[in-house]
Amino acid sequence: MTMEKKSPLIRLVVVGNGMAAMRTVEELLQSDGSALYSITVFGAEPHPNYNRIMLSCVLAGDKSFDETIINTREWYTQNGITLIAGDPVVAIDREAKTVTSQSGRVVAYDKLLLATGSRPLAPSIPGLGLPGVCAFRDIADVEKMLAAARTKSRAVVIGGGLLGLEAAWGLKQRGMSVALVHLMPTLMERQLDVPAGQMLQKALDRRGISFFTSGQTERITGTDAVEGVQLGDGRFIPADLVVLAIGIRPNIDLAKAAGLQIGRGITVFDDMRTSDPAIFAVGECVEHRGQVFGLVAPLWDQAKVCASQLAGDASAVFASKALATSLKITGIDVFSAGALAAADPDDDEITLRDDARGIYKKVILRDGKLVGAVLYGDVTDGQWYLQLMRDKQDVSAWRERLVFGRAFAEAGADKPSGPDYAAMPDDTQICGCNGISKGTICKAIRQKNLTTLAEVRSHTKASASCGQCSSQVEGLLAYVTGAVKVAKKTICACTDSSHDEVRAAITERKLKTMDAVRSELGWKTPEGCQKCRPALNYYLLCAWPGEYGDDARSRFVNERVHANIQKNGTYSVIPRMWGGVTTAAELRAIADVADKYAIPTVKVTGGQRIDLLGVKKDDLPAVWRDLNSAGMVSGHAYAKGLRTVKTCVGSEWCRFGTQDSTGLGIKLEKLCWGSWTPHKVKLAVSGCPRNCAEATIKDVGIVCVEGGYDILIGGNGGIEVRVTDKLTRVASEEEVLEITGAFLQMYREQAHYLERTAPWVARVGLEAIRARVIDDHKERRALFDRFLFSQKFAQVDPWAERVAGSEAHEFAPLEEV
Amino acid sequence: MSTANWKKIGRLESIPVRGSRRLCSSHFGRPIAVFRTSDDRVFALVDECPHKKGPLSEGIVAGDTVACPLHGMVIGLSDGVAVAPDEGAVETLPVSVVDGEIYLHLPEPGVSG
Repeated sequence: MTMEKKSPLIRLVVVGNGMAAMRTVEELLQSDGSALYSITVFGAEPHPNYNRIMLSCVLAGDKSFDETIINTREWYTQNGITLIAGDPVVAIDREAKTVTSQSGRVVAYDKLLLATGSRPLAPSIPGLGLPGVCAFRDIADVEKMLAAARTKSRAVVIGGGLLGLEAAWGLKQRGMSVALVHLMPTLMERQLDVPAGQMLQKALDRRGISFFTSGQTERITGTDAVEGVQLGDGRFIPADLVVLAIGIRPNIDLAKAAGLQIGRGITVFDDMRTSDPAIFAVGECVEHRGQVFGLVAPLWDQAKVCASQLAGDASAVFASKALATSLKITGIDVFSAGALAAADPDDDEITLRDDARGIYKKVILRDGKLVGAVLYGDVTDGQWYLQLMRDKQDVSAWRERLVFGRAFAEAGADKPSGPDYAAMPDDTQICGCNGISKGTICKAIRQKNLTTLAEVRSHTKASASCGQCSSQVEGLLAYVTGAVKVAKKTICACTDSSHDEVRAAITERKLKTMDAVRSELGWKTPEGCQKCRPALNYYLLCAWPGEYGDDARSRFVNERVHANIQKNGTYSVIPRMWGGVTTAAELRAIADVADKYAIPTVKVTGGQRIDLLGVKKDDLPAVWRDLNSAGMVSGHAYAKGLRTVKTCVGSEWCRFGTQDSTGLGIKLEKLCWGSWTPHKVKLAVSGCPRNCAEATIKDVGIVCVEGGYDILIGGNGGIEVRVTDKLTRVASEEEVLEITGAFLQMYREQAHYLERTAPWVARVGLEAIRARVIDDHKERRALFDRFLFSQKFAQVDPWAERVAGSEAHEFAPLEEV
Repeated sequence: MSTANWKKIGRLESIPVRGSRRLCSSHFGRPIAVFRTSDDRVFALVDECPHKKGPLSEGIVAGDTVACPLHGMVIGLSDGVAVAPDEGAVETLPVSVVDGEIYLHLPEPGVSG
């Protein structure tokens, strides 16, 4: 029973506080109609409105929950909206026009908006109620999964669709071992055809997810908590966490109980009204012309139509468009829209497949028009294909070029390769990670006169997360600013020259000072900036060893003070431990230093050394003096240079060891220490293929085998793990040393500043490196000689220099006189 | 203006060109950095980046800006204001160089600004 007095405003009650509901309210607030309404929002979850799409990013650790919040509680207050979160509506009385919440609250409405979303589908199998079983639907599920990832090790995800794969990848990122069970023979079978699904599976398999395809889950086993998953064919997978992600179904219970017309979802007409004209519905709970919805793009369209209708525009109608799917897994690019395969003999499929590069493209044509596209590995043309499908454009003229993408297709056609972004609707989402649309990006570019990708990134956050949409953002930039081609990648805003051009000019025109480089190449700033100065300093140092005088003022603080700055302004100090080998005397000296200077944290690093953390800057010279006098030198743990050479114990102790990996590691470290490189460089030597030193994710990794050594290059850990490529196998330690030195010199001379070996190797190609470092012995020797020459000037312990008084001003504050 | 609060803090040469040093005493509990540009202008700022309080005195000085070493926010030395699109500002302190000696204007404790 409602006791509220009749307000002059129309009372709009919104059931659901999810993305579709609040997008509708936002659209309404932006329209003229907003003044007509007083709005009350009921949400089942005890949170303000958040971006459900980003839960994958929260799980994978790319985002915090706070970053996914779309509207804060303050936003509701500021807009005069009453938010009732954590108290779901349990009944609608259409006669009295009221809703009743779980806690018994009764609220009257004039217009009602249902946006009850969807529920995860659950298979009918035993064991669903066991602790450790959850869905992947809301933040509570993510919290359960994160809690499990902290204490447990084995996860099984059931369902190999979009959601299941993102859940599996997120849990893998959180350190769990992950198995994925999928009913069908290939992954994402509703979005990808068999070859693309297989390529996806192979890529994820390489990243350590185990797959059980064609796997029928029979039951989830366990007594007090989940213990594993039993498959119908007898396979059993042990598990501490089971995530169900087999799909969703519209949540229609409330509408059904209220007697509204329902099908699979709540039936809505083109104006987003249900069978009761006072009640609207949007989002995953609705069924429109027989279709239900699970992707975000049509929800935005529905929200817009519904808001227009609420604001009094009776002409607004919803029509579903061709939809595209993409997967939010960093480094894996998948795109799918429309049909997956030819539906009848008149349809044509055109396929391009390059297994070596991991690229697959298929387009499906019907009556000269594009009706489907499946892309794997290279998705740059996805939005273009989607637009062609939506426009129902006749593409017969480009038929044979279509699969090669837009640039190639249009280059050969009459149509000039002009703006393709013109036809794209403003609400087309460009950046999936941050939910940034074309309209938002274009508006920022125009209003703030942005001219570079970096600027667009800092103003809008578009392409700032995974970077997959960078090329589209650049395209939009070109479209808005009218620039004919995408801006060239320069070192920084100070110059129009690229890294390669600057490096070439330094050697060819014999430029030996920063001023000479800047004046010769027409720098726009007299003394550069924090981006170009460190790059120029390195390039000059590399080109003119012994001649160029290093500029401390163009180095990042860590390289200037030879220690790592920490977030509170203190420093960490890491002495070198050759090949990870230390002695009782060294350990005693480190312990004494920790005591004497009250160093709060002493930690063993991943590179087999000891880190002293929390050293005050003023204490650095004294700390170094004490370490120096025990025979230890700087570990260069702060440098764009050689960091560590990690080793296993090798044949000296290990029963599997084939060679003296420790000894070889020490020789490599003695050869390479002190060298400055474009980015940090890490080496490792493993004594046998069991690879305990993890040599396959190092810049240079040596894996010893019976009678030889495999030299591996271009690996790294980090955000995007890259496994090394095998350069060659050699028979002697001398060859290992020479090839390593030559490889590092080629990297030093060729790579861009702040480019690690992994992206550099990927950029120039293994063959180009092999040609100079392996096949051409004279060239190898020349590179190695240049490396050795440069090392003559580089192998000076920076700590000893400073203990002796160099740069003293750096370590003492100014005093009042 | 009274000169009572002008403190001598050392000679110009004691600060490296395109560099900075931190003052041993603090300003209402906050550290102070004194900068010297390539054309020998001197600036004093509270040594805390408006972003995450990084020590600006450890940043790279270019022209009359400094880039914070922690996350790269660029701050104007003359006004303490972050270069767009970043937002934020740090307090600056009056400083002058007379006969090669740097003087910093420090308000007495308890006296505002």
